Amino acid sequence: MMGNLLWIFVSAMVVNNFTLAYFLGLCPFMGVSGKIYTALRMGAANIFVLTVASLCAWFLNTVILPHAPFLRLISFILVIASAVQITEMVIKKVSPALFRALGIYLPLITTNCAILGMALFQTNRGYGFLEGIFFAWGAGAGLTLALVLMASIRETLELANVPEVAKGNAIVFLIAGMLSLAFMGFAGLLSS
Amino acid sequence: MPRKTTPRQDLTRGVWRENPVLIQMLGLCPALAVTNTVVNAIAMGLATFFVLFFSSLLVATFKRLIPSEVRISAYILIIATFVTIVDMTLEAVVPEIHKALGAFIALIVVNCIILGRQEAFASKNTVPRALLDAVGTGFGFIIALLLMGGIREIFGYGSFLGFPLFGANYEPWIIFILPPGGFFTIGFILLALNWWQRRQEERAKAAELAEVAVGRAA
Repeated sequence: MMGNLLWIFVSAMVVNNFTLAYFLGLCPFMGVSGKIYTALRMGAANIFVLTVASLCAWFLNTVILPHAPFLRLISFILVIASAVQITEMVIKKVSPALFRALGIYLPLITTNCAILGMALFQTNRGYGFLEGIFFAWGAGAGLTLALVLMASIRETLELANVPEVAKGNAIVFLIAGMLSLAFMGFAGLLSS
Repeated sequence: MPRKTTPRQDLTRGVWRENPVLIQMLGLCPALAVTNTVVNAIAMGLATFFVLFFSSLLVATFKRLIPSEVRISAYILIIATFVTIVDMTLEAVVPEIHKALGAFIALIVVNCIILGRQEAFASKNTVPRALLDAVGTGFGFIIALLLMGGIREIFGYGSFLGFPLFGANYEPWIIFILPPGGFFTIGFILLALNWWQRRQEERAKAAELAEVAVGRAA
């Protein structure tokens, strides 16, 4: 049981990294990967929202959706968006420090495709309560890892002499491609 | 109110000059994830086109009835409804393609192109103009997907739409159909676009300088 949960975590984090293998959550990956500090906070906010979303998806899957499967997508997006909104309000009241730390990223990631993608994958693979939570943590840790790696490369890149045509998004995509290549190496874990 | 545009501009703007994927960098997830073959790219493009068109139609029709405080939720609900329709139709009619695209059909809901067009255009304009805008943006998205899918299938499988191009001796460039290939392909497309834009600018500048020189000489 424990080994299975650990495996779900590792698989979601490195073998099938959400950003580099599934292309989920590319907007923050391109947008806020300029500085390591913001990348870390974005990652933390993501892990948090993913956990909330996983709980919501599990609840919907066990209680409501067996009776109305065609409502899956609509209810997922609505419930996740509202849950994030409510959590945001609660955090603001209970812990202003944490709220400031997460800042603008909390509302922004509601529309991040990684969140809905995680909820859908969790449903398609038939994960239960604990498995879902570990899957969400793995996905969040993977997103954070990719963001921080990218941010540290970009911080170094500012000192490098990038050709004029490659400045901006082009070089970031090429680097992302190389990171993705590197992460493909983890696929070897699957067969062992 | 946004800047006044002609209906013709509404239609053509999204196709190339403000191409949602290549210029505005929106909707990157589907553009990278499901473009490993041309067929998948076309299916994804058409599905998104359908959702964008009908969401724009509904949003532009009901723009006066939707309270502005909850407009985003209302748009998401409208979009999610059409995505569910597409999802179930594809599953029933072409199960193989539905399987190949997997969860990415459902993820059209969070495609920022669609929500972006509702918020920026359909909710402020008349129905016909919102539809023109949706058609233009939808075509722009399909063109970008075709470009990506074409490059990746030609190199990655050595074929186009399933027809082999290079004969039996071609060793497929597998990396192009794997995830890194998506990043590399869009990276190279952006490089080419940047290069082309800089050349245009330099030419314009050179033409200006030449004119000044001619003026001085005369």
